[in-house]
Amino acid sequence: MAAAVSKGSSAGSAWSARSAGSSGSAGARGSAGSAGSRGNSGAWPTDVVVVGATSAIAEQCTRLWLEGGASTALLIGRSSEKLDAMATDLGVRFPSAVVTTLVADLVTPSSISSVVAGFAGPGTPGAAAGAGLTVLVAHGSMTEQEESQASLAAAASVLEVTGVSPSLWIEACADTMTAGTIAVLGSVAGDRGRRKNYIYGAAKALIEAMTEGLQHRLAASPLRVVLVKPGPTATPMTASLPQKGLADVSAVAGEIVAGVNAGAAVVYAPKKWMLIMGVVRNIPSPVFNRLNF
Amino acid sequence: MSRQRVSSWGRLSDAEHEIVPITSAGAAPSILATTAPGVARGMERSYGDVALNRGGTLWDARGLNRFLGFDAETGILTCEPGVLLRDIQATFSRQGWMLAVTPGTSVVTVAGAVANDVHGKNHSTRGTFADHVESLTLVRTDGTVIVCGPAENRDWFEATCGGLGLTGLIVSVTIRLKRVPGPWLLAENIAYQSLPEFFSLSDESEAEFEHVVSWIDITTDGGRRGILSRANSTPSPHRSLPRGAAGVGATRGGPTVPFVPPFSLVNKATLPLLNRAYYRMQHLSLGSSVVHYKPFFYPLDAIQEWNRAYGPKGFFQHQCVLPRSVGLEAVSEILGLVAASGQGSFLGVLKTLGSRTPIGMLSYPQEGVNLTIDFPNLGASTLALLSRLDDVVAQAGGRLYLAKDARMPVSLFQAGYPRYTEFLKYKDPGMSSEMSRRLLGS
Repeated sequence: MAAAVSKGSSAGSAWSARSAGSSGSAGARGSAGSAGSRGNSGAWPTDVVVVGATSAIAEQCTRLWLEGGASTALLIGRSSEKLDAMATDLGVRFPSAVVTTLVADLVTPSSISSVVAGFAGPGTPGAAAGAGLTVLVAHGSMTEQEESQASLAAAASVLEVTGVSPSLWIEACADTMTAGTIAVLGSVAGDRGRRKNYIYGAAKALIEAMTEGLQHRLAASPLRVVLVKPGPTATPMTASLPQKGLADVSAVAGEIVAGVNAGAAVVYAPKKWMLIMGVVRNIPSPVFNRLNF
Repeated sequence: MSRQRVSSWGRLSDAEHEIVPITSAGAAPSILATTAPGVARGMERSYGDVALNRGGTLWDARGLNRFLGFDAETGILTCEPGVLLRDIQATFSRQGWMLAVTPGTSVVTVAGAVANDVHGKNHSTRGTFADHVESLTLVRTDGTVIVCGPAENRDWFEATCGGLGLTGLIVSVTIRLKRVPGPWLLAENIAYQSLPEFFSLSDESEAEFEHVVSWIDITTDGGRRGILSRANSTPSPHRSLPRGAAGVGATRGGPTVPFVPPFSLVNKATLPLLNRAYYRMQHLSLGSSVVHYKPFFYPLDAIQEWNRAYGPKGFFQHQCVLPRSVGLEAVSEILGLVAASGQGSFLGVLKTLGSRTPIGMLSYPQEGVNLTIDFPNLGASTLALLSRLDDVVAQAGGRLYLAKDARMPVSLFQAGYPRYTEFLKYKDPGMSSEMSRRLLGS
């Protein structure tokens, strides 16, 4: 196996596996890098960090970024077994890429800040990558609405894992990174609370307000913050839903990667959801509350 | 688990199924145990009922799409069952390797390729997909895990390759890729005007070209014109890849048949025109050219959901192999019956298959000539025509391809696949499809 796959218990040591040569070229990658020759709008990242990497959408996005020329990927998640399987796959696909895994507690604030400092703090390869660094925060839990409605503890867990934790990750990234892109997976479910999934939706709405605030705060900085709102996508998370109308995960990932590379403020994937949710948000409550969806 | 309507590629039915995702190989035994009986589904590119189980369970392993390891010295690749052939070709053609055998679409899973023991345009030299499989891991509904290959549990291997997904759920596949100089082929198109001319041209081509296939105009009477294509891999370092040739989702973005038209676009009125137009179009490209593997191997992948063009009632594909000794007469007879009926399509394929005995107990290829014709479903008249074609196949000692079949009589199946009795010993009693109930009794 030719792949350079390494594992680490702390982001700093793990990620320094990358060769000095590639970090040297990383900073040069902004607008004029090879991204332009690929005909893609926006900058192609050289280094990607994916939090909650083994979720289906995040995994597809990672494949696309490496495919398009990113040279390193740091995969962060809770299960070493799942991270290793994903890293092996990426190593086979992209033998010249450096893929590193990191098992971390995704929820505890102190863990979040130390991991982010480890990959983006001063002196790290992430910092050296400058504008070439893209972080995608992708974790969340899709507990059934009935289940989270039935117990406050379950609801609290959904709000924490799906809303509070990703928000803290992007906050930590905004505090630590000086350039590059911070992308986070929200959801169309956050656009308007519906009885069928409002607890999950509320958690995603929390992320939306966080990204709006960060975009405001960082407007003058070279750091970009992107809110991604996937529509219902066929993934293991949605395996229990009727599959009709679910978007294909690789198509959704393609739109996400293009939008994140372009530094768009909000990316709906598939795009049609921007229109649909525009309508849904504007249905007057007396009408909305009589609809069953 | 969710209820979904599922159609296979022929779109002859649209019945509800319980879709059960296989979330990991490790979880497979408990998932199978609690949701059997059922059958695995991949990309639903089989034309008939191999991967249908109306009202029952379909195990969906398409999410298991990771590579598990690759040896760049030997070209040996291990992967999960839901990896698409498209992904293998795109990933490894860049590294100087490709599948040794590929069917006419790349939008199939590797486990589906094993379960139907698919073949390609190079059957004479490379055999079937199973000839390049090193090892398979199966999970049975009773929780047993079986590893099999050409040298290990050979009987299980012979039952599973071409075994229609009925011997256990395939959770990993190890295959040998073939060294190639790159993704390019030097291809040549040659017109022929009669069946004897096809046979001599084909034999002559087999000697010098790895890939040989021909399109035949099924509407002309008397002169059986067609276009034979033949190709070999070629190094072509100075070419840039065609748009979208690289990329994980690379074949996305081609034109799509956007909806199901109310009637088949291929019908009595359009059929001769389509065949004439296709012939003319191909005639323009006679001669040699360097082509990317995609348009050569997978011309139809360029049009997404092309099967919709046959309208709401769907279509049948009749694919048979006829022994060479009677091939000329039998092909003539079938084409005569089809021309007289006015049915059929413009996607007629004629090619010879080599003498290699296939590995699978239910594998399709045998030495002879293969004829493939699509038929828009017109109901009773189409079924009557297909049954007349079956008679010719039976008489000739040929067989029909199970991956394409939705209706062959049990008698033709048993005559064509004499090893079916042996196969039954390996069938998982917890696995059942519409095809297995129709042809194997359970």
